[in-house]
Amino acid sequence: MLPRFWRKIKYRYDLVGSYCENCQSFFYPPRNLCPHCRRRSKIKEIPFDGKGRVLSYTVVHDAPEEYKEEKPYVVALIELENGVRVISQLVCDPEEVEIGMEVKKAFRKYGEDGNSGIIYYGTKFVPDN
Amino acid sequence: MKVGVVSYGTYIPIYRIKVEEIARIWGENAEAIKGGLGIYQKSVPDVDEDTATISVEAAREAVYRANINPKDIGAIYVGSESHPYAVKPTATIVGEALGVGNDFFSADLEFACKAGTAGMQMCIGFVRSGMIKYGLAIGADTSQSKPGDALEYSAAAGGAAFIIGKNPIAEVEETYSFTSDTPDFWRRELQPYPSHGGRFTGLPAYFRHVTSAAQGLMDKMGLKASDFDYAVFHQPNAKFPVRVAKMLGFTNEQIKQGLLVPYIGNTYSGASILGFAAILDVAKPGDRILLVSFGSGAGSDAFSIVVTDAIENFERNPTVWDKVNQGVFIDYGEYLKHRDKIRM
Ligand SMILES: [Zn+2]
Repeated sequence: MLPRFWRKIKYRYDLVGSYCENCQSFFYPPRNLCPHCRRRSKIKEIPFDGKGRVLSYTVVHDAPEEYKEEKPYVVALIELENGVRVISQLVCDPEEVEIGMEVKKAFRKYGEDGNSGIIYYGTKFVPDN
Repeated sequence: MKVGVVSYGTYIPIYRIKVEEIARIWGENAEAIKGGLGIYQKSVPDVDEDTATISVEAAREAVYRANINPKDIGAIYVGSESHPYAVKPTATIVGEALGVGNDFFSADLEFACKAGTAGMQMCIGFVRSGMIKYGLAIGADTSQSKPGDALEYSAAAGGAAFIIGKNPIAEVEETYSFTSDTPDFWRRELQPYPSHGGRFTGLPAYFRHVTSAAQGLMDKMGLKASDFDYAVFHQPNAKFPVRVAKMLGFTNEQIKQGLLVPYIGNTYSGASILGFAAILDVAKPGDRILLVSFGSGAGSDAFSIVVTDAIENFERNPTVWDKVNQGVFIDYGEYLKHRDKIRM
């Protein structure tokens, strides 16, 4: 768990994705190869702006043990301004969420390995008022 | 060559709990507490927020407003008394989240509520010496209080981040510190909550250090209270900064803009610098600001800061007061959950 999380820290802490200079497509999570261009891919790593809107969402009532404190919580399919779609926790009152709602990235805790283990941080979304 | 604040960013969690709600649980008189502390409500972090997340959010706003390449930041200092890890620096998490790279000076600082201003002084020294282009100093806390303790009415969460460099929006003219061994407030290793010396915290601790630092700075510069347009002092409650301002010859008009504590509580390492940021939000070129922090143990850092013309083209929205005035009120049960005081 630890090495796997550590290798991806850069992409979890911020919305660092990839961009294909050949066909102007954005990807998140980042990819080494553009699925459209294949061998002609010209992939560049770039940080995304972090603003988007809710395409769809679900409210989780039956949460796994480590997320019990946060339930009920919202998981949303979010479309960023560059067209990239991400699935993320949306930190807001489940009563407040709606399709089309404007959201922005936020740096939050994902969880921790008990009281003596590591703390996992990463990107979530919050309403953009 | 002018060195000072090139940019700043702030973060205050959106949740609030009212003094009435805490007093209701402990059977205390809310009006008496509000009258005594001058605090009506305080900010509460979300269950997935801590000093690292607050530091990153404040720092991101500062970097965004500065419109600089994060890789030009050559130092990161995070001052707090609630670092998420006892051993593993918050500054490493901030550096990674901002994309600063690996080429930077860094440490976590701890000096009760003045660790953030201590970081600012270190960055000023680095920039003036030419060792770095920009330094990032952050003061943030999610302060802990024992349920039922008097501190529970004030211990709040928030933080501010300052990018220090040349061509500032606010030049730091001078800084001066006053430090002594005074046991007014402490927390021993492995203890979850701090202890304090009760009424002893006032005179020999807060008032002596804040007045000595402020007076020391003004004497060094040959300035008096009326030479400043604004002043902001550490604000553990609303009574102390108002009284210390009066002792030093400042008016309520000079301190009003930076006095946030009645509405968000004591944000510890964030307290005086969030107030300072609220002043920068409205300050005009030429305005002179006195900033004095206080950290138990004890010490005070005083700064004389003059706003430059560069502030006129600087993005200052959303303002600190915008963030103070928002808020979702929660009850004591939700508050305990947010503060991780119940184990599941
Ligand atoms: Zn492509």
